[in-house]
Order: sequence, then structure tokens, then C-alpha cells
Amino acid sequence: MKSGSLVFLTAFVALAFSWTGFVLVPQLQLGRLEAAKTVPAGDAYPVARSGQARQGAEVYRSLGCVYCHSRQIGQQGTTVEVTLTSVGTNAANVLSAIQKAAPHLAATASLASVPQVLGQVADTALADDAVTAIAEAGGEATVAILPDGPDIRRRWGRRRSVAQDYLYDPVVQPGIRRFGPDLTDAGATRASAEWQLLHLYAPKTVVPDSTMPGYPFLFVERKIGKTPAPDALPLSGTFAPPDGHEVVPTEEAQALVAYLLSLRADAPLYESPVTPPPAPATNGVAVATK
Amino acid sequence: MTATTLPSPGPIDRSCRSPLFALFGGAAGWLALSSAFGLAAAMTFHNPALLAGCSVLTFGRAYPAWAHLFIYGFGVPTALGAGLWLLARLGRIKAMNPALITVGAKLWHVGVLVGLLGIVTGDSSGFEWLELPRYAAVILFLAFMLMTVWLFMTFSWRAEPRLYPSQWFVLAAVFWFIWIFSTAVFLLQMHPVRGVVQAAVAWWFAGNLLNVWLPLAGLAVTFYVLPKLSGKPLHSYYLALFIFVTVALFGSWTGMPVQAPLPAWMGIFSSTAAALMVVPALALGILVVKTSGGGDQPPCFGGVLCFAKFGAFMLILATLLAAVAACPVMARVTEFTWFTEGQVLLRLYGFFAMTLFAAVYHILPRISGREISPRRVRAHFWLAMPGSLLLALPLLAGGVRQGLRLADAAVPFQETARAAVLWVRISTLGETLIALGALVYLANVGWLILSHYRALLKREMTDALAWQPVEVKS
Repeated sequence: MKSGSLVFLTAFVALAFSWTGFVLVPQLQLGRLEAAKTVPAGDAYPVARSGQARQGAEVYRSLGCVYCHSRQIGQQGTTVEVTLTSVGTNAANVLSAIQKAAPHLAATASLASVPQVLGQVADTALADDAVTAIAEAGGEATVAILPDGPDIRRRWGRRRSVAQDYLYDPVVQPGIRRFGPDLTDAGATRASAEWQLLHLYAPKTVVPDSTMPGYPFLFVERKIGKTPAPDALPLSGTFAPPDGHEVVPTEEAQALVAYLLSLRADAPLYESPVTPPPAPATNGVAVATK
Repeated sequence: MTATTLPSPGPIDRSCRSPLFALFGGAAGWLALSSAFGLAAAMTFHNPALLAGCSVLTFGRAYPAWAHLFIYGFGVPTALGAGLWLLARLGRIKAMNPALITVGAKLWHVGVLVGLLGIVTGDSSGFEWLELPRYAAVILFLAFMLMTVWLFMTFSWRAEPRLYPSQWFVLAAVFWFIWIFSTAVFLLQMHPVRGVVQAAVAWWFAGNLLNVWLPLAGLAVTFYVLPKLSGKPLHSYYLALFIFVTVALFGSWTGMPVQAPLPAWMGIFSSTAAALMVVPALALGILVVKTSGGGDQPPCFGGVLCFAKFGAFMLILATLLAAVAACPVMARVTEFTWFTEGQVLLRLYGFFAMTLFAAVYHILPRISGREISPRRVRAHFWLAMPGSLLLALPLLAGGVRQGLRLADAAVPFQETARAAVLWVRISTLGETLIALGALVYLANVGWLILSHYRALLKREMTDALAWQPVEVKS
């Protein structure tokens, strides 16, 4: 290269290409993304966070949580599961209907008990065929879309993360490290504020072999007044404060926990379908989907 | 290189003196401080409770403080100083307006300090490699522009019209930094874009910083120092041109993680680009071996040449590792693990820092007029070289162990974290060596700068003593 202008031209062209591709095009494609509707319920998604949770997002950013915790779920494929919920009046009829519509589902079907997971089919069209056939025979069946992959089996999220999930985050931090677990669905798997506060104060109180540092500076240790504070942490053993003292969370800690509890990403969307678990009975407890 | 004093610096070297003293001196201090933060961050994996009570040194603040000080405190000013000197030397012209460049350099260091204070008090922007808060970013940008205006002036008023490859690399690196830094600061901090576009911009910035800016700024030095010190001309200008163009074309598309919640084509483009980076890496290998290899070479026991050669080879290794990790099958294992960390650290410490050390050890004696004892340089090399390997390689191994367990949902999460912890602890040893090396470097740079002023002072004193009024003499 003989002249400076040629150097600049090369650099300009190369960088302009990549700027167009990775900055301009995503902005045009996703920059004006609007809230979506869940499928099939039709609720608006995502929902804006409460004021306290928004403050908590600032604490999350300021403490650099992203340097250990990602917030993005990957997915490797989806399984479609058909569940027989009722055999109606004529069980044999239903069985033959299943045999006709999806022979491999009938192989294990005993019809002795309902609801009963019949098995997995290749896609939703086949599942719908089976459900229609069962319905015609007088029975009832449901279809569940179950995303799969290590992240989902770890119960870090119910489906892969999509652009919608981050729409209302002031600072988007998908994170690239998992020195700690992914927090996409932290609000669902660890729904107890007390657990979250204890974990922030001294992680080993609730996860004995945790590698996370505690954040005692988000708490105040003080003398117990006339009555113990209602939000004092229930600490015992080596973590307990000296006698006559209590550990209470500061506003920052409360906000951070409110934010962590607001982390949910299980809304079924068109671009990332998932069938939510049937009943809220499992709320707050980590349950493997499979 | 054995004489203790060099011939008095020429006018070109003299013109670079004050800006380079400001840039190199401050940067050496930041490097030592950044190592201290790096060690504080590493302590989390030995005993998480150790520094937990201190909000300034919690992992989530010590780590970004380390990154900020390494890139903006040490990397950018050192590379800029070396770039200025290369442009002046190769263009056979004195640096234009060195006083204003010095002002810019000092302003830059103020900006770095402001950014550091912002990060450790919780004002970090939350975007990796751009943690500095908005107000610090503005100071840095102004300081950078103040310096680069005169850098470009120095280039365009050059007396030697023909261009040497180092000049392309310096110019492109400066141009690159202005563009990516201003885009990232504007779209992430001034007028934040919405949703995942933020993540795209942040990853685009990080990819360009680590995979284009770093190689450009470093190789400018490599292509000057290697031929100079091994006494042979650069093997091939065309190969250098090829490296320049391919790094610019492919490197600028890297950065998007494969699994990211972005349109799928972006991840695929980035994987492909990372794989294609093997091409310039191999070309660099050929160029380095052909230029500095050969039978009649004096063996390299830790001199300035060793820094440059080791740096170039580590860039090749890091690029190959990045290409392997970007392949979607491998990415399922290495993504989210310490492997990425190891690869980046190899690039930062193994390549970039080592290459810049070579530049400073080559340039600083020339502008201060004082030779540095080879033993001091060797001491630094034998701390920094094993340090960078001991820091990065265990993390690569630990990352693979961790990744294999992360990919298997049957393994409990705590076990995946524990799988890497031993390796992370070993890497602290490397971090310690690097920190010691940084102290030696600070001492070396400080000694060169101070000895210049001491010599200056001595000369002034003798002049003052020797001076006698004319009337008395006659």
C-alpha cells in the first residue's frame, strides 16, 4: 500500500461492513420491537417491572453479577408430548383411534389410568392429528410442547431466550459466564425472598458448597431494639450475629431480591413455544420437567 | 546493545520524549494496579469470604476494574505512544505538537482514574470491556482525539512518502478505536438502544476490540521490532498486507456468541469469521518465522526480541483456540466457561502486553538517552512469559472440564463449578508472576524516565557551576 488514503479506505470499508451487519441491521430488525402476545393465551409480554425491581436491576449491574451469572437459555430441539386425559365411555374405541392415528403411541398405552403420557411425536401437526382422532372416539388428550437441552433440563428456563425477554431491561446483560448458575428463571425456581436474602448475605447458609462471595455490605448488623425487626435474617450457627444483634437487609438488598424474583422467562411465545406446567402447585420448588 | 549510554537522541526521538514519558509512565503504573485488582478478583476462588466485606473489591467490581485498567490504563496509551513514535520514525519527521499530545496523555490518565473510581463505587456501565461510566468515557474520547489529531498530522506531514507495514497497522488501529469506541459509548451509554440490540452492540465492540484493534496495534510493533532486532528485513510486504486486510475483514465480524438470543445468522457469521481468522494467523506464523528465524540468529534468552516473538506466537495460538471454540459443536462445551477467559487472557497478556513491552524496551532507551540493563529486561521476561502461560493454560483446561459437565444436565451445577476451581487456583500463580512482572516493568520504566531527568538535572547543575560571567572571564 503506497498511500495513507488507501489504508484508510481499506479500514473504512471493512469496518463499515461489520458496523452495518452487527449494529445497523440488528437495530433495524429489533430496535423497535414491541411487546408481544403470549400464545395461545394472548397476554402482553413482557410485563414492566415494579419500581423496586427496577432499582434492583441497578444494584445487579453495579455489583457486576453478570461476571458470573448469565441470563440466556439455549435450546437443542423440542419434543411434542401427547397426554391422554380421558378415555370417555369407550376405551377400546379410543385405543384403536390412537393406533390408527399414531401407531407408536398405542404400543405403550394401557388405558388403565388417566391422565397418562402416551409418548412423543415428531411435530405438533402429528400431535394434533392424534388429539383429533382421540376426540372423535370420545376421549380427550392434550399436547405439550417441551423444549429440550441441558439448560432446560437444569431448570434454568423453560424455553430458549428470545429478543422479547430483554425488552424492558434498562441494561441488557445476557452474560457469557456461568461460574454461577444462569438466572433467567431465578424468580420461579427460587421464589422465596428469605432464601434470596440469606443467600446474598452468606451463600453458604443455604448452599453449603457455594463458591459465591457474600454481600454483607448490603445488610446492616445492629442491636435489637424493643422488638426484633420483622425482616431480620434467621441466621444460626457460625453465621449468627453476636447476641442481642440482628442482621437486617438494606433497601439495596431488598431491591436486588425484588429484581431476582422478577426474573421469569416462561411465557410461551410464537417464536419460542412452550407449554407451561399445568398447575401452580409446584410454585417455588425446583422441579425437573422430565 | 551492551553500551550503557546511547548516542544522544536525534531530534525525532527528542520530539517524542515528553508525550511518550507521559503515556508509557502512566500506563506502567496502571498495569501494576490492574494486576492488583486481578489478584483481588482471583482471591474469590480461593476463599469467597475473604474480601466479601469490602464492596470495592467484590469480584463483580474487582474484575471490571482489572479489565478497565488493563485495556484503557495500560493498553491504549502504551500502544498509542508506540504508534506515535513509529509514525515519527518511519515518516522521518518530528512529532507534531508534542506539548498538546502530552496534555492529551495526562487528560487520558485522568479519565482512566475517573473511570476506575466509577467502577469500584458501583457506577459501571455493565457492558464488558466498556465498564467505564459515561462521564469517564467522554474524558477518554476527548483525550484520545486530542492526541490522535497530532498523530495524523505527524503522519500526513511525513518526509518519507513510502509506507512501511507498521504505519498501516498504526493508522488502522487508531481509526478503529475511534469508530468502535464512539459507537459503543453513543449507543450503549448516551442514547441506549433497546433490548438485545444493546447486547449486539456490546459484543460487536468487544469483538472488534479484542480481535481487530489488539492485533492491529500489536502487530504494528511486531513488524517493526522483529526485523530491526533480528537484523533481517521483513520477509514479505505482501504477506503483511494480506494479514492487514484479512484481520480487518474477518476480525470485525467476530464477537457474537453462538447461542446468543439474537437472530441466528449473527452467531453463524461470527463463528465463520472466527474460523477464517486462522488464515491471517497462519500467515503471521510464516512471516515471523521467515523474518526472525534462521541459523545465524543470536539465541534469545529473554531480551527485547523474545518479548516480540513470544507475543506473535501467542497471538497465533489464541486465534487458533478462538477458532476452535467458535465451531458450534465445540461452542456447546466451551461457551460460558473459563475457556473463553483463558483464550482472551492469552491474547491480552501473552500477545498484547508482551508485544508492547518489546516496544517500550526498544523505544524508551532511545528517547531517554539511557540504556537499560539487559538483566532488568530479562528479569521482566522470565516473570511475564511463564506468568502469562500459567495464567491462561490452566483456565483453558479447567474450562473444558467445566464445559463438559455443564453440557450434561445430569451433573449437578455445583460440581461444574468445582470442576474448574482447582485450575482457576493454579492460574492465580500465573497472575502472581504477572503482577511481579508488572512491578519490575514499572521499576524499569520509572528508572529510565527518572534517570533521564537525573541526567538532565546533573547537566544543568554542571552548566550552572561552570558558567561564569563574561566580564570575569575576560
